[in-house]
Amino acid sequence: MPSITEAVPLPWVLTLAGALFCVGLFGALSRRNTVGILLGIELMLNAVNINLVAFWRYLEPNVVAGQTFALFVITVAAAEAAVGLAMIIAIYRARQTVNADEVDSLRG
Amino acid sequence: MNTLITVLFLIFAAIILASAIMTVTVKNIVHAALWLISSFFGVGALYLLMEAEFLGVAQVLIYVGAVSILILFAIMLTRDLEGSQNRQLTPRWWIALIVPAALFSLLIVPTVMTHAWQLPPPPPAGQPPAISGAQQIGAAFMREYLLPFEVAAILLTVAMIGAIVVAFEERERRRRVLTLAEQVRLRQRQQQRQQPAPRPEPAATAVQPSEATGSET
Repeated sequence: MPSITEAVPLPWVLTLAGALFCVGLFGALSRRNTVGILLGIELMLNAVNINLVAFWRYLEPNVVAGQTFALFVITVAAAEAAVGLAMIIAIYRARQTVNADEVDSLRG
Repeated sequence: MNTLITVLFLIFAAIILASAIMTVTVKNIVHAALWLISSFFGVGALYLLMEAEFLGVAQVLIYVGAVSILILFAIMLTRDLEGSQNRQLTPRWWIALIVPAALFSLLIVPTVMTHAWQLPPPPPAGQPPAISGAQQIGAAFMREYLLPFEVAAILLTVAMIGAIVVAFEERERRRRVLTLAEQVRLRQRQQQRQQPAPRPEPAATAVQPSEATGSET
């Protein structure tokens, strides 16, 4: 029975997830557009999910908790995207910009 | 067979990483969102490769179907025509490059590669490995994870109501431009407002017809 646990070592999958997380972190830090920041956060959440599923598959494949946790992460990510994009639309309506550098009313 | 899985994994990894890099570097934000969809698809394929078929389907349904459409709608609603020519990265983007690169090369890779993972022994030959599938997930959501399941339902409801409340705009307060169609409509309204303005001039000249006729003759 061929499976990914024999074909691909676990560190490869974790390295892929780490690389995806770092790419998402770069996007969240470097973008000026707030929607671009949100895209980076979505990439980071996906990297975390890859990690969770990889640990479930390689370490505890008969325990259902790994997949359940990943599903909850997807749920929270969807809620976060909905509220975040609503906030971006509200900010755009109030200030006519989606640039994160120009929304600095709380700056000390 | 194992080499096929390895090759498939490498292909999916290349798709995911290349799409992610395009997402964070491409200039047009709409193209970035489309590259993000490609990255989501790669992650869903990786879930299928890891035999998490329910998660793979959920990934395609929720991320590709819902979240990316939401992002595209938000981009369309907040698009400023002049902003697309400006640079998309912050002035100190190289610091933002150094931090994730250092995190990846100094922390993640050494930790992941040197840690001794306690992998379970492979199942005996001829016997299929015990993998929890969609059936077990459904049963778990109805039994031991019932409370988190309900909390997730409440969270989604609250998020939906919150998103509507935050983004809702009363009609009488609507004075900002939202979409391109509304921008065109606002311009038309402004032109209609500007057109009545020259009308008082003929009315003013009509008050003194003798002067007007005098200038004409």
